[in-house]
Amino acid sequence: MLPAEHAAPSYLTDGNTLRSWLVTHDHKRIAILYAVSITFFFFLGGIAAALIRLELATPAGDVMSADTYNKTFTFHGVVMVWFFLIPSIPTTLGNFLLPLMIGARDVAFPRLNLFSWYLYMAGGIFTVACLLLGGVDTGWTFYTPFSTMFSNSNVMLTVVGVFIVGFSSILTGLNFIVTIHTMRTTGMTWFRLPLFVWSMYGVSLVMLLATPVLAMTLALIAAERLLGVGIFDPALGGDPLLFQHFFWFYSHPAVYIMVLPAMGVVSELITAGVRRRIFGYRFMVYSIIGIAVIGFLVWGHHMFVAGQSMYASIVFSILSFIIAVPSAIKVFNWTATLYKGDIAFGAPMIYALGFVGLFMLGGLTGLFLAATALDVNLTDTYFVVAHFHYIMVGGSVMAYLGGIHFWWPKITGRMFSEAWARFAAILMFLGFNLTFFPQFLAGAEGMPRRYHQYPAEYGLLNVLSSAGAVLLAASYLLPIGYFLWSLRFGERAGNDPWGAEGLEWTTSSPPPTHNFEEPPVVTEGPYAYTHP
Amino acid sequence: MNAHATHTAEQFDDAAQQRDAATLGMWAFLSTEVLFFGVLFAAYTVCRVLWPDAFASASRHTDLTLGGIETAVLLTSSFTVALAVRDVQLGGRRLAAALLCGTAVLGLAFLAIHGLEYYDDYKAAVIPGIRYEEVGGLAAQERLFFFLYYVTTGFHGLHVGIGVVLLLIMAVRTHRAEFGPEYHTPLETSALYWHLVDIVWIFVFPLYYQVGRA
Repeated sequence: MLPAEHAAPSYLTDGNTLRSWLVTHDHKRIAILYAVSITFFFFLGGIAAALIRLELATPAGDVMSADTYNKTFTFHGVVMVWFFLIPSIPTTLGNFLLPLMIGARDVAFPRLNLFSWYLYMAGGIFTVACLLLGGVDTGWTFYTPFSTMFSNSNVMLTVVGVFIVGFSSILTGLNFIVTIHTMRTTGMTWFRLPLFVWSMYGVSLVMLLATPVLAMTLALIAAERLLGVGIFDPALGGDPLLFQHFFWFYSHPAVYIMVLPAMGVVSELITAGVRRRIFGYRFMVYSIIGIAVIGFLVWGHHMFVAGQSMYASIVFSILSFIIAVPSAIKVFNWTATLYKGDIAFGAPMIYALGFVGLFMLGGLTGLFLAATALDVNLTDTYFVVAHFHYIMVGGSVMAYLGGIHFWWPKITGRMFSEAWARFAAILMFLGFNLTFFPQFLAGAEGMPRRYHQYPAEYGLLNVLSSAGAVLLAASYLLPIGYFLWSLRFGERAGNDPWGAEGLEWTTSSPPPTHNFEEPPVVTEGPYAYTHP
Repeated sequence: MNAHATHTAEQFDDAAQQRDAATLGMWAFLSTEVLFFGVLFAAYTVCRVLWPDAFASASRHTDLTLGGIETAVLLTSSFTVALAVRDVQLGGRRLAAALLCGTAVLGLAFLAIHGLEYYDDYKAAVIPGIRYEEVGGLAAQERLFFFLYYVTTGFHGLHVGIGVVLLLIMAVRTHRAEFGPEYHTPLETSALYWHLVDIVWIFVFPLYYQVGRA
């Protein structure tokens, strides 16, 4: 099976029993465990999305009752946010690549890494069981006092599940921070780190410092329901705004948990696809850290109409504009890296370019929503729904899939069908825009979110959106097909099928259990492509 | 090959790297803990500003004497655990193990005295959701105080309990001579954790027992 020159078996063949996978400490196998699990949750959440688009294909509420619809979009939101988007890139590509990229044998705490996966699975299965058995109708935001005093659905156990999965996130962040600080190989200085590693560092800081706030807030919700006390309930002397502050103190940085890793992936994809150094490496690093830090200070823009003080709104509005600056620096630098370059339009590059375009549109519409006066009109409309889907689905999911394509040969040792992959990437870009662009228009015309029926004049836009969802679903299913095919029939990949730079491409594909035959020594910065 | 080579896990190059990783890991974990408790302190502050009179009158229900004793016990325990670490660094073993056991006993004493307070609260019927009698015009808002008091001291007590278990494990490992001047990272990080438990209480005690009491 193995090429003769490799003495050590690859991580995939080092133990073939189910047990060898379930008790593994190898960061690469843990990455695979996560990849399989998050794919499962992605399709669960996707089924809910399909049901939502089916219901909204016609103005009348004819597929499900309002109550079932509420539970469906809550299911979609909870599963997609906490069980797919938050863990997506860090736990799969991050786990797999971080030690490889810094020349380490593993993460700093391999057992803790495995424990994180078990926490994730426990929280995930528990939450999905709650959501399916009782259902929750609060939306993924669990706004009080509805969630604490009025909702008769399964709120308490669901927040316990999210609480558990939060600790998986915290421990992953902790592990990555320590790994990046202490496990870099000889010569791998901070400013020689690939941008993907920097993005993992930024995202880990956010996971470590924001997630405990969510955990305690959810614990308070559970305790309030249990004890009938309401620090978030105005009728009982509490303050519902306090809940929103706590919730968004986590949940806005959570958006950066989703998009920072995507930015890291895209930086790798673009440099490899155009075979150039990244333009403005240090500015890319500073903007990652800038986004991670400023991301903690903008949460109030979710509360412009909730009744917070006008002065708070003004400050949060200004800060939200400021955070667009480092994001824009990244877009400019990617563009400058591509400028007059000899671009190879392989599947990973198509995903990366799709990311840049969709992220830009999502980011610019974010500026609309950061403007207080405009937000009063647009809040709670489909404009908001379209905006955050452009960032999370158009941005993060495109980048995640681009990254999976790019590193697939490294992870599995096999090449996938490039033609099918390009087709899927283009279909995804088109399907995505067809699904979500009409929602900008519907929102701008005032269509509110979270209703299962709507006036007939929004009919055309919703039909377009539902039609786009069909294309989008097809483009998500296609890779499953050709990836599985490649596992058996794909051509064998060499160490570096793309001719890309980076330590992960210097070892074999798939890498041996301890990653490198000899600990690598680094003598220059990342992306050392010789300019053609 | 040094005497403690077996302590170095395979992902690390050497013992120094492992010590750096473990220490940084614990500090990172403590930063998470600070934000975890930070939510409760923020909630306390907001509710206190909303209902200053109710919070002042409710805080008079807490037992300053018992709370003071708890504070003294916990501060002493931080001192003994620090002595234990120092002793191991200087090559000690028996004294360190005894000091660790002593620290664990102080931790248990803290929990016991706090249990006593809870029992008094139960008799006074000021435990929301379990036994709570509304007395006086401020009762509805006082309930918020007691709710936060129970969530905060409850989570803190949980941390004390975990800390006691950790300390006992460290006492056994110290007794078995697993640690020495060269290698005692688990002991050091456990002590760090114990100091955090102490520091959280340093904030809980004045906020819930002392402010607005006069």
